[in-house]
Amino acid sequence: MAESKYMTINMGPQHPATHGVLRVVLELDGETIISSTPDIGYLHRGIEKIFENRTYWQGEPLTDRLDYTSGHSNNLAYCLAVEKLIGVEIPKRAQYIRVMLSELQRIAAHLLWVSTHALDMGAMTVLFYGFRERESCLKVLETVAGARLMPDYIRFGGLREELPEDFLKEARAFIEELPGRIDEYETLLTENVIWKGRLKGVCPLSPEDAIGFGVTGPMLRASGVNYDVRKAYPYSSYEDFDFEIPLGTVGDVYDRYLVRLQEMRQSIRIVAQTIEKLPEGPIKADAPAYVPPEKEDVAHDMAALIRHFKLMTDGFRPPKGEAYASIESSKGELGFFIVSDGTDKPYRVRIRPPSFLNLGSISKMIEGSLVADVVAAIGSADIVLGEIDK
Amino acid sequence: MSDNGEYLKILSGKEAGIKIVPAPPGEPCAVVGRDSIRQVLDHCRYDRDLGFNMLVDMFAVDYMGEEPRYEIVYILRSTKTNARIAVKTRTGEEGIETISDIWPAANFLEREIYDMFGVPFANHPDLRRIYNPDDFEGHPLRKEFPLEGKDFDKPFVVDLENE
Amino acid sequence: MGIENNALISGVDWLINWGRKNSLFPVTFGLACCALEMMVASCAEYDIARFGAEVFRPSPRQSDLMIVAGTLTKKMAPVVRRIYEQMPNPKWVIAYGACASSGGIFRSYSVVQGVDQIIPVDVYIPGCPPRPEALLKGIMELQKKIQKETIKDRPLITLPGKKSA
Repeated sequence: MAESKYMTINMGPQHPATHGVLRVVLELDGETIISSTPDIGYLHRGIEKIFENRTYWQGEPLTDRLDYTSGHSNNLAYCLAVEKLIGVEIPKRAQYIRVMLSELQRIAAHLLWVSTHALDMGAMTVLFYGFRERESCLKVLETVAGARLMPDYIRFGGLREELPEDFLKEARAFIEELPGRIDEYETLLTENVIWKGRLKGVCPLSPEDAIGFGVTGPMLRASGVNYDVRKAYPYSSYEDFDFEIPLGTVGDVYDRYLVRLQEMRQSIRIVAQTIEKLPEGPIKADAPAYVPPEKEDVAHDMAALIRHFKLMTDGFRPPKGEAYASIESSKGELGFFIVSDGTDKPYRVRIRPPSFLNLGSISKMIEGSLVADVVAAIGSADIVLGEIDK
Repeated sequence: MSDNGEYLKILSGKEAGIKIVPAPPGEPCAVVGRDSIRQVLDHCRYDRDLGFNMLVDMFAVDYMGEEPRYEIVYILRSTKTNARIAVKTRTGEEGIETISDIWPAANFLEREIYDMFGVPFANHPDLRRIYNPDDFEGHPLRKEFPLEGKDFDKPFVVDLENE
Repeated sequence: MGIENNALISGVDWLINWGRKNSLFPVTFGLACCALEMMVASCAEYDIARFGAEVFRPSPRQSDLMIVAGTLTKKMAPVVRRIYEQMPNPKWVIAYGACASSGGIFRSYSVVQGVDQIIPVDVYIPGCPPRPEALLKGIMELQKKIQKETIKDRPLITLPGKKSA
């Protein structure tokens, strides 16, 4: 082996600060990073391949396990793509509930980020505070889906079932309590000298670089680029709600922190509006060929039972074609591209994971910074390996 | 959503051999020959009328039995005008030229396509497998690759001594 | 009459096991989705500290419990095995979740169908992902199992460098 004046060290795949099983090979000159190579695939489960061997229905549980911090958002993106293929119109009420759930999910995901990032940076108190609020958020979400992380509540053509009775009350109580809690984190962190010293000016990403690397989500907006799928290509009636897109200026880790906190406050606004404006009406589209009947009908009506049985065992056959749908998940733009060949199984499902492209910019971001900042940079990218490796 | 038909028209004026196909229920997209894909994407990125500065996604679809076999799809977006277009091309096993110097995002995306489909990218700076280990045999997303892979029914053995 | 029926030895056994079961040091080792629930179990609401297992160690050299939380892929398997080998005796393994127990819903070319193919597992926790309560239950089951161990199952002292049984 040739003599190198630089030192090569290996970080991960089992490392507490890499949020899963990411491995980064760093080349160092003393404490300064010369170059870095992320090595991924330690959680590659072949989800895209499994999709091709499952019916459309059976594919939905796989989407939960992509970005496991935001199950509802993943379900929504997949359903939007399939709905584009089969061309069904979603009732307004279902659309609003979808928005409400994905915003609550965003809050939960950002709470997780704030807590774990603070832990990475050595501020342990925020971890316990953040997880307390995340638990109450998950409890609200659990009432609709019956599961904490893997909901599968958003289905093709609408929702699985009507909201439980006191869901709205609980959701309202949660969003009324949360702003005060976020203030609490801010008193702990935002003006904290150590926090600022650790985050300010660390690993900035210029807008040009961010766009070039295909970075999306809070990371892109922290660099000052006003791009949010919710505003640019509104889906699921996002155009009905009034909210702002928080932007950063420098694009450093501190800006990403601020943007995420602001986004939580905006999400609270959106959830409040959805609760206020929630219309009455059906929660499933009127498309018998694709949407299963109500559970009560199955118990009484023979035709409904047959239809339910046929849909669940045999699946449905969308017309030939292809569809691309994307949403703004908590990490960035989550896209699904589905090719249908007219059979009951998708011919190809392509998942555009936001974290994957966000991770691509890590090498650029940490070039020339110190080893200790790598943890801050990786943390600030908010990567989820389940989504990156698929 | 912005109307991408207008942009496709501008694009087809820039380079010969660009075909625009309406592909319902997807959006209209430009279909380009394999050899001119680099020039076309270069126009998309740097041309003043187009200005698609972000490569949102890039992936392959395996149409086994057709010739050429692999369809590579590029989804481009302008963060200024929020316009979005898709550009498609077809290639066989011989591969296609890299665009990782136009968009650095393509570095990872091309490695993914190489890993999953075995389509090589000429002039790529670091063309290695990205998900699967280096000694992995086959390309999982090709249609002939079985879902369960090789030796699925046998116990998985880890041999640390000979690693 | 074997050594295990000796009143003095079984008394020592009981004492040692009591100490071991109430001070489990898990290694921080999250693979996938289940790791989130493992984190939740160690935080305010569920508080794994009540069972003496809250000291998550970043280094395998300091831990004696490995909670394999998540999907084990073929690329990751050698790493998991190595971390297991690096842990000092006595050591236990909990397979947390469907993927770690049996591969779960991922029946594919890249997933090891159960972590027990590469390391011995003491407790399996079903669920996808299991709730944090399930992890607490699993730890309690493991504690019961540890309490029943005798000197024959697991030596009192293992010297470094010596191959364990």
